[in-house]
Amino acid sequence: MMPLVNVDPCSGPPRKVGSPLPTVRTEKLYKVFGRRAQEAVRRLENGTPRDELDLPGATAAVADASFEVRDGEIFVVMGLSGSGKSTLLRMLNGLLPATAGRVLVDDQDLTALSKSEVRQLRSRRMSMVFQHFALFPHRSVLDNTAYGLRVQGVPRDERTQRADEALRLVGLDGWGDRLPGQLSGGMRQRVGLARALAADTDILLMDEAFSALNPLIRREMQDELLQLQARLGKTIVFITHDLNEAMRLGDRIAMMRDGRIVQLGSANEILTSPADEHIARFVQDVDRSRVVTAGSVMRPPGKTLASSSGPRASIHTMRKLEVTEMFAVDPDGGLVGIVTMADAVAAAARGANTVTSAVSNGFAEVAADTRVSELFAPATEDRPIAVVDDRRHLLGVVTAAAILGGLAHTKEVSTDA
Amino acid sequence: MREAAWQVPRIPVGDWFQAVVDWLQNNIGPFFDVVDALIKGVVEGLSDALQAPPAPVLIVLFAALGWWHRGWRFGVGSAVGFALIDGLDRFPSAMETLAQVLVAGVVAVVVAVPIGILAARNATVSRIVRPVLDFMQTLPAFVYLIPVIFFFSIGPVPGVVATVVFALPPGVRLTELGIRQVDPEMVEAGEAFGSPPRKILTEIQLPLALPTILAGVNQIIMLSLSMVVISGMVGAPGLGAEVYAAVTSLKLGAGFEAGLGVVVLAIYLDRLSSAQPERKDR
Repeated sequence: MMPLVNVDPCSGPPRKVGSPLPTVRTEKLYKVFGRRAQEAVRRLENGTPRDELDLPGATAAVADASFEVRDGEIFVVMGLSGSGKSTLLRMLNGLLPATAGRVLVDDQDLTALSKSEVRQLRSRRMSMVFQHFALFPHRSVLDNTAYGLRVQGVPRDERTQRADEALRLVGLDGWGDRLPGQLSGGMRQRVGLARALAADTDILLMDEAFSALNPLIRREMQDELLQLQARLGKTIVFITHDLNEAMRLGDRIAMMRDGRIVQLGSANEILTSPADEHIARFVQDVDRSRVVTAGSVMRPPGKTLASSSGPRASIHTMRKLEVTEMFAVDPDGGLVGIVTMADAVAAAARGANTVTSAVSNGFAEVAADTRVSELFAPATEDRPIAVVDDRRHLLGVVTAAAILGGLAHTKEVSTDA
Repeated sequence: MREAAWQVPRIPVGDWFQAVVDWLQNNIGPFFDVVDALIKGVVEGLSDALQAPPAPVLIVLFAALGWWHRGWRFGVGSAVGFALIDGLDRFPSAMETLAQVLVAGVVAVVVAVPIGILAARNATVSRIVRPVLDFMQTLPAFVYLIPVIFFFSIGPVPGVVATVVFALPPGVRLTELGIRQVDPEMVEAGEAFGSPPRKILTEIQLPLALPTILAGVNQIIMLSLSMVVISGMVGAPGLGAEVYAAVTSLKLGAGFEAGLGVVVLAIYLDRLSSAQPERKDR
């Protein structure tokens, strides 16, 4: 996704621009706490569910987690409490050692590194944002923000300057000399975010970063994260138990249950084709209109008229297809407009050579990734909505009925022709 | 005596203890001599230094320290308290006691805090240390006072050593507790940004545990004072010796006067050492 050019001028280690490699990759990652961990892993490998392990003293948290986080995407791990998502996150930066499996950052196997090498990797490549902020209460906001740079050994003047910059980025200009205790919850998490941004790592691990905030502030922070991300293009792994949050933020979402990743895909994919009953029930309450896209509710465009065809031929085609209007396309396939039966008849009466003169533009044109919530207004116009790509080729047609079908999540909708 | 068909055989713990003490005395006697000389030197040096200036000078000094630390009320209170001691003609004894308490307190803190840190960072150390501390705190002081007299000469040293043994445990416990109570997310934040364990200790855990550690220091000082009279029994000069002498010869008045001196010292040191965390917060 996204061009891999880093827009941030102070963006730390050089990145392999355009590298096809994922930034973080896990291979069959397992985490079992307690005794007899290897035995537990063997059983989990055979597909034993986590809660049927039957090994006293062994608690399985994560089983068989394999995924790739691509450069510059927001990768959300979504699961309820106890699903193993926080454990999974902590294995990505080695805060928790994996019981089995590998974690690769670029192509470096983190599980094979020495302790000090892992520390190096953390301080240069990955920062973390915590659920309860984890700001140091005895240090000023500025010192907190500069913490990562301090660990990296950046000289005082430079780290002060870069911390100031990060604070400005999160809208906390001039708060540097306060103590965290003097800030509201939302502001504290901004400091937590600033601390991670100031460290200038290309990977951001966010552990339920907004869960402790009230809904309004949470919403605000989500918007801000998306704006920041559009500018900075970090690689973000975001943990949450809030499905709406996952759907808003995630380029891709890994759904976790009982320590396993049960589905991995875009928000749209998870909503429209849930992997199993659980997920289907789980996603029921989501505001689908904010997730489902025009592309997934549209019907195939069907037959179109060539803009060069004559009005009588067009009338004939419409009669044969039993429709009253059709989209007209030019010889390159680009959308020209819509032709109604009445306009075609009028054009024929005028003696026009082609239907081009009968074409009107009284309909909405949207891209395939437009959220359905944005289609409500045009859908009331009683005209089909054209879904086009960036060369204006017609991809499909959305009608009011298709929107309702998509929101009701009848699985047939997306395949209905 | 015991008639049961089966009984636990007599376990000669006492003999073993005696043997250990004998062995220590015979084999590392020189080590004890060095420790003895060291502690004695420091205690007597400090004691002499405290008695060198005239009492009023010191009273003003103590009052000033109290004022600077907690405010004018405490400053005035300290002046009144130490003037009272001087009025009871017990200023030199009080200074001798103060010197012993300070030396014992410093030694206890220097030993307790690192052990507490180790115990906080390592579960095994913690498991070993805890029963040892229980033992040190509950074993009647006289039981180890007697061997301590064997190892060291009569005088302030056995008192200081016994005091350290008795006063050490809360310092260890509160240091461990303080560090363990630091929000794990804080420590995780340090780790997540790549900070090495030593820096996490000095930059995150110790500063955040400081109020609790200082409460431990305060406890050490208070327990040290509670050992003053027992130290007096093994020959440590000062208020404790006076209380002991007065009690054994039934001089109730003199005993009360010396006891009053201990109370004044105790209150002064308590307020002084517990003021620290409040200042930090401001």
